[in-house]
Amino acid sequence: MQIDPIHQFQIHDMVPMMKLAGREIAFTNSALFMLIIVVGVSALMIGASAPRAVVPGRLQSIAELSYEFVANTVRSSAGTEGMKFFPFVFTLFMFVLFANLIGLIPYSFTVTSQIIITAALALTVFLIVVVYGFWRNGLHFLNLFVPKGVPKVILPAIVFIEVLSFLSRPVSHSVRLFANMLAGHITLQVFAGFIIMLAGAGVLGWFGAVLPFAMVVALTALELLVAFLQAYVFAILTCIYLNDAIHPGH
Amino acid sequence: MDPVAAKYIGAGIACIGMGGAGVGVGIIFGSYLAAALRNPSAAQGQFGNLIFGFAITEALGIFSLLIALLLLFGL
Repeated sequence: MQIDPIHQFQIHDMVPMMKLAGREIAFTNSALFMLIIVVGVSALMIGASAPRAVVPGRLQSIAELSYEFVANTVRSSAGTEGMKFFPFVFTLFMFVLFANLIGLIPYSFTVTSQIIITAALALTVFLIVVVYGFWRNGLHFLNLFVPKGVPKVILPAIVFIEVLSFLSRPVSHSVRLFANMLAGHITLQVFAGFIIMLAGAGVLGWFGAVLPFAMVVALTALELLVAFLQAYVFAILTCIYLNDAIHPGH
Repeated sequence: MDPVAAKYIGAGIACIGMGGAGVGVGIIFGSYLAAALRNPSAAQGQFGNLIFGFAITEALGIFSLLIALLLLFGL
């Protein structure tokens, strides 16, 4: 039996909408799941904070905990001045977290396993850092590339390395999330394929299939951790990059 | 050599790079744990640095995985 671990990442057109410059624009399964994520996050945050109880219930606790968690992250890594970017970071965190968690449900689609989605998010962060950095600090923003106290002889090399590492940020920022989700889901699919292959081999195979099944259960737990961790990493890196725009110079 | 075979061998070689990232991530978490056991009260404050270092180290391994995936499915 042939199992294709890449099949789960295919994008299908669900509702064709229009043609634009010879390209088909359609409502895809990716768009559907992004819509589900936005509705889910909105429902959780608005619905949970609607009662405004002094002693929070379960839902309100989730909303308050996630708010506090992200607020502490922003405050500790971008300073109190960075709090004006809190809505942006919180939106990114909740979107990525929900995308990762919903993607773990079997037969669903993982939005963050598409490089175009994560690249769009990472480029947004990158452009905000560049535009805000120049708008707030003017040309002093370029101090970011000139560390203080470096001998003049090696300064050109250091500046070159700093510029290169700055430019590779959106690449690593987007590819990290994308590759983690992609690799995790491929691994799950491959081990799930082992179960089917072994179970198809006869009665003895059923007992053998217990091993990959236990592995899939353990991997799902690991993926749950990775889903949360990658959302957190995405948010904290956004904070650190924003910190460079707010306080340039080493 | 058959180009398809060369592609698969190249993807396999590219994955060796992930071993280095594995060592790096292990060192980061190991050092954090060792330091956290020595001074548990200061551990919580360094959690952000831990995750940041983990992310930076992991990115390098992810780059080699990306090359492998590009060789297998992209190019």
